[in-house]
Amino acid sequence: MKINDTLPLEYRTEENSNKIFGFWLFLGAEIALFSTLFAVYFTLWNRTGSGPTGKELFEVGGVIWETFLLLTSSFTCGLGIHAMRLGLKKPMMIFFIVTLLMGLGFLGIEITEFVNYVHEGATLQTSAFLSSLFVLLGTHGLHVTMGILWGAGILIQVGRQGFTPETANKSFIFSLYWHFLDVVWIFIFSFVYMKGLM
Amino acid sequence: MKWDEFFVTGEPMIYAADVSIVLVSLAIVIGLTYFKKWGYLWREWLTTVDHKKIGIMYILSALIMLFRGGVDALLMRAQLAVPDNKILDAQHYNEIFTTHGVIMILFMAMPFVIGMMNVVVPLQIGARDVAFPRLNAVSFWMFFMGAMLFNISFVIGGSPDAGWSAYFPLASLEFSPTVGNNYYSLALQISGIGTLMTGVNFIVTILKMRAPGMKLMRMPMFTWSVLITNVIILFAFPVLTVALALMMFDRVFGSQFFTMANGGMDMLWANLFWVWGHPEVYIVILPAFGIFSDVISTFSKKNLYGYKSMVISMVAISVLSFLVWAHHFYTMGQGAMVNGFFSITTMAIAVPTGVKIFNWLFTLRKGKISFTSPMMYAMGFIPIFTIGGVTGVMLAMASADYQYHNTMFLVAHFHYVLIPGTVFGVLAGMHYWFPKMFGFRLNERLAKTAFWLIIVGFNVAFMPLFFLGLNGMTRRMYTYSANTGFGPLNMIATIGALVLAIGFVVLCYNFFYSFRHSPRNEGGDPWDARTLEWSTPSPVPVYNFAKVPVVKDEDAFWHAKKHNVPLYEEGPYEEIHMPNNSGQPFILGVIMFFLGFFLVFSWFIPAIIAGIGVVVMLAVRSFERDHGYHISPKEIAATEQKLRGDTV
Repeated sequence: MKINDTLPLEYRTEENSNKIFGFWLFLGAEIALFSTLFAVYFTLWNRTGSGPTGKELFEVGGVIWETFLLLTSSFTCGLGIHAMRLGLKKPMMIFFIVTLLMGLGFLGIEITEFVNYVHEGATLQTSAFLSSLFVLLGTHGLHVTMGILWGAGILIQVGRQGFTPETANKSFIFSLYWHFLDVVWIFIFSFVYMKGLM
Repeated sequence: MKWDEFFVTGEPMIYAADVSIVLVSLAIVIGLTYFKKWGYLWREWLTTVDHKKIGIMYILSALIMLFRGGVDALLMRAQLAVPDNKILDAQHYNEIFTTHGVIMILFMAMPFVIGMMNVVVPLQIGARDVAFPRLNAVSFWMFFMGAMLFNISFVIGGSPDAGWSAYFPLASLEFSPTVGNNYYSLALQISGIGTLMTGVNFIVTILKMRAPGMKLMRMPMFTWSVLITNVIILFAFPVLTVALALMMFDRVFGSQFFTMANGGMDMLWANLFWVWGHPEVYIVILPAFGIFSDVISTFSKKNLYGYKSMVISMVAISVLSFLVWAHHFYTMGQGAMVNGFFSITTMAIAVPTGVKIFNWLFTLRKGKISFTSPMMYAMGFIPIFTIGGVTGVMLAMASADYQYHNTMFLVAHFHYVLIPGTVFGVLAGMHYWFPKMFGFRLNERLAKTAFWLIIVGFNVAFMPLFFLGLNGMTRRMYTYSANTGFGPLNMIATIGALVLAIGFVVLCYNFFYSFRHSPRNEGGDPWDARTLEWSTPSPVPVYNFAKVPVVKDEDAFWHAKKHNVPLYEEGPYEEIHMPNNSGQPFILGVIMFFLGFFLVFSWFIPAIIAGIGVVVMLAVRSFERDHGYHISPKEIAATEQKLRGDTV
């Protein structure tokens, strides 16, 4: 196995650097996936049928909190990777735990919001607009959920094994994923909620 | 879901299928037990992460699916042979043209092409395996379980019946109330995710794992075509993932994406489907182009003419492939501007494709041509594919398309591109690389017999459809009356289809014949070929290359042979690091199968349990600490000695 000591720990073996490159490609596919979902949403967002429109439905309060939590969690996730590069295990784990907790908070608000929509009679079945809204937000929410499970698994491994090329590699790839979810959310915030409220 | 609807009933053909499925399954179980092969099957195949074995499993599955799709085709041709035929009723005919299309594109062409990639690409670039061997096994099992899920729809619950493009509103719950289209959305979803992972895997492999000295512009043309294909996969398949998910939501959870009320938009489906569907055509055709390039250059004893223009034209095709999707529905009324745009982009594709045709012809020019079976397929491909291409340009003209749209002319056109293109391509590749996979060549006499049956049968079967289409016979009509005058040409087409089928039977008989009679010990390079895969012994040892080759030129192996320079640096063998086998990809595939099956029937509690199973499998993989194993220099020397009879 070739090991290049001049690189950060997560890049050192050829296999691990391939994994990072492969994950970037996967994120490329994810961009195509979310672009398609956005295209569907933009096609259908005025087709509300007999259901409510975005303007009647959206409430700023929860969305601002969601945005605040997710954007901050992306920042703490970055701090976690910075701590990892410095070889500081405990700060890294704390930053990651904060990240995941904020992710959980985000999910909590999103689920509450969904429940409220359904109570107001705005369900997946009501109109094409609502179908596309629920599936777009739901896909993002599912990604956050998977991210929380994945991140928790990696945290346990870092706790047990410390920083090895493998755990460092996994943590770094997880951080790429988490930042990506943040980027998608910025688009959802701008083009779903802000546009819908205008 | 009523229980009496669970199994498909009431058709003698279905009962015959039930009986044959049970008998074949029993025969497999009894055979494996009797010959004590369960352990062998599990250790050597089901758990393998070796790209060569995974490739062989892909090709084997593709051949089985070729026969399933082929039987569908023969049933359709039998039904259409004479006017007012009663072999199939309308519903059964609908199901059969749907499954024929889906199976031939997604479960025959795709795995055949991906199988070729798996066997050949790591060998062509001097790598020991793909970048992510375990992920590669996951890709295969996802494809395989998706294919199996799709196939059981035939006997359990009913097949999809809305065409392979499953247009809405026809494919909606309202107009297709059986579970058939649930199978469609879920089976394609599962195998599509596998394909997406293949895309990631091969891009990393080709960009990051080439042997030292193999610059991008020294890669064999097949590897180039695979790289470009996988880039298309990476950006096209997520669109399919979304489209199928929305279809599933509409059918299983009652959402309103493609419905006729509450704001739904049925045309959205057609757009999403073809945004994936047209690039998909190039996903199956570009690797075939790559195979033909390698085959033509090998058997003309010349390097490929216009290497750079070949690469540029493939990149151009890959970009254009995303800009032509609306040509599949010119007649749906999106206006002259939109039709005009898509008409021009579609015709533009003929330019890079034409460049490639001329490059192949110039490669042949003044070459020392040997007419081997792979070369015959390549020679057959050029003129027939050109007919397919030219009729494609006819269809590309939006105003003229109003005449051709949804007629047999279209059916003839896409069979004239897909069969000489993709099918001849993978058959050429299979005959060409067969000795690399199994250590012996296919019998040339039988292979050529099969070739002539296939090429003659193909033309007799599909040429009449051009004229039937121009005479007004639409596709997907299950019967016609005698006074339409469609009878005689349809009868000719059916006879052609039978000849084609006999050709495929001869082709498969050749496997058994060659296994018994072909000479072994022909060495690693029986065709006197040009690229790196032929520098390895046949069959290839698990580690591929005992020493990583050093590439000095395009057609590295040919360069080394002609200039008598070594491909490998002097020095002792070094330890080789290999990945361990694992049963997890197979188990994950089985769980995905059940997840899909439960969702087809909207059995949500079992589906949730299977979904948890998937998450558990992901966690098991994450927590696993598997560092592979090492092959010692001593073992390598012993293997090489045995395979090559020499010590390097």
